[in-house]
Amino acid sequence: MNRVHVALPGFLTTVQDPGRFGWAHYGISASGAADPFAFRAANLLAGNAGNAPALEMTLVGGEFVFEQAATVVVAGADLASPVPLWQPVEIAAGAVLRFGAARAGARCYLAVRGGFDVPLVMGSASVHVMTGVGGRPLRKGDVLAVGDAAVRRPRPPARGLEQYWGGGELRVTEGPQARLFGEELYAAEYTVREESNRMGIRLQGPALPAPPGGMISEGVALGAVQAPPDGQPIVLFVEHQTSGGYPKPANVVSADFRLLGQLRPRDRVRFRRITMESAEVLLREQERWLLRL
Amino acid sequence: MIIRPASDRALYLVFGEEISPAMHAAVGRATRALEGVRGLRNLHPGYASVLVDFDPSLLTHAAAEALIREALDRHAGDPAPEPRQVEIPVVYGGEHGPDLGDVARHTGLSERDVVERHAAAEYFVYFVGFSTCFPYLGGLPAELATPRLAAPRKQVPAGSVAIGGAQAGVYPLASPGGWRLIGRTPLSLFDSAATPPPRLRMGDRVRFLPIPEARF
Repeated sequence: MNRVHVALPGFLTTVQDPGRFGWAHYGISASGAADPFAFRAANLLAGNAGNAPALEMTLVGGEFVFEQAATVVVAGADLASPVPLWQPVEIAAGAVLRFGAARAGARCYLAVRGGFDVPLVMGSASVHVMTGVGGRPLRKGDVLAVGDAAVRRPRPPARGLEQYWGGGELRVTEGPQARLFGEELYAAEYTVREESNRMGIRLQGPALPAPPGGMISEGVALGAVQAPPDGQPIVLFVEHQTSGGYPKPANVVSADFRLLGQLRPRDRVRFRRITMESAEVLLREQERWLLRL
Repeated sequence: MIIRPASDRALYLVFGEEISPAMHAAVGRATRALEGVRGLRNLHPGYASVLVDFDPSLLTHAAAEALIREALDRHAGDPAPEPRQVEIPVVYGGEHGPDLGDVARHTGLSERDVVERHAAAEYFVYFVGFSTCFPYLGGLPAELATPRLAAPRKQVPAGSVAIGGAQAGVYPLASPGGWRLIGRTPLSLFDSAATPPPRLRMGDRVRFLPIPEARF
């Protein structure tokens, strides 16, 4: 059995999969890969099922030593990657993959052919950093087993990938309290704040006016744009709270979750409203691109 | 019940606008009916609504809505399960309940009265949510209602028993928080090795049992 030794963990490296579903009514949000597109692409290119556990590195990557030869795929942000991204790469026994600081984007996925073989907790390998469900971020000296769950041959390098990191336009559908807000959210540029993390992406910009009256706490969706009393929007992210009492003027569309996953402090974003039907079309196009890999 | 979209992969079932046991019953019924339905990935109950997160690669909004209505109809006659009874031992006041004095001043009661009334009431878990599996408890005696702190604490210790306005709660994990802390339980309310980790669940009945400091 092949094993991978963590020589350096990097800034925040966790095992992720698409997320842990079915526990929100116990208060536990899904977690899962912050850039679901790069995560899935890495697995599919490696010949894995799209949901095999892979490593998610954040801003500064780690250093990993492979006991035996392996096929790996690195996708997402370029954390000074030692191998080309978005394509399967053969590495030799004893090889060291050493990543560094992000050149662009925030999150990078390291998938290995066969998947990382980690115990599932409540049906998922995903680490929920906030609650500790599913484990903890990797530390120096951790050892991960490589599984044998590949489902097909490694694929040729991905083609026609559009760059989606560095901020820009976030497409949204109307949120549950959209009628309480005007056009303010769409009128200005917002800057990603340092305090952003897997729970929420905190933005800084012109304050959204507080709608009159309170509301009772309700469930909240991934990608919801929340307007707390100070009017500075927070986009609820993969480890978001399961419920909350702040109004939500908009919700980022699924096809743009990958942009959220690559945002870093000081990136700038704008919101653009689209219809639910357009959001569904965008997601289908993204799915088609992935399935062509 | 109204169904309306929340996002391109989620919708709300809205039963009303108020906090009441009747709304809670409707939310509980819907949550139980929809648990495990294929294509529905997560259920987020609130006071008077349930957010349903579905798999957009399997379902459109219309298909999710049809699936939900069908499941709700199928389970319409299911009896509600017997609620679980959970007793939570609490050390009131002192370092474990730094806001007990403020609650007494605000309510015009003695600290001892606050504790007696808090411990005499039966509570139920409206739902579990926020970011740390926080149980939102109904049943706080009206005279104990006390506004939240003007500025939330950066760190509330795990197990803190609290009052926030007319609501009661317990912090399962250490986290920031703005509720008034009147006591603390030595009972672990979140065990990450358990399935599911939070001890308190939607619909549970809860009582608080005063214990001396020495038993913390």
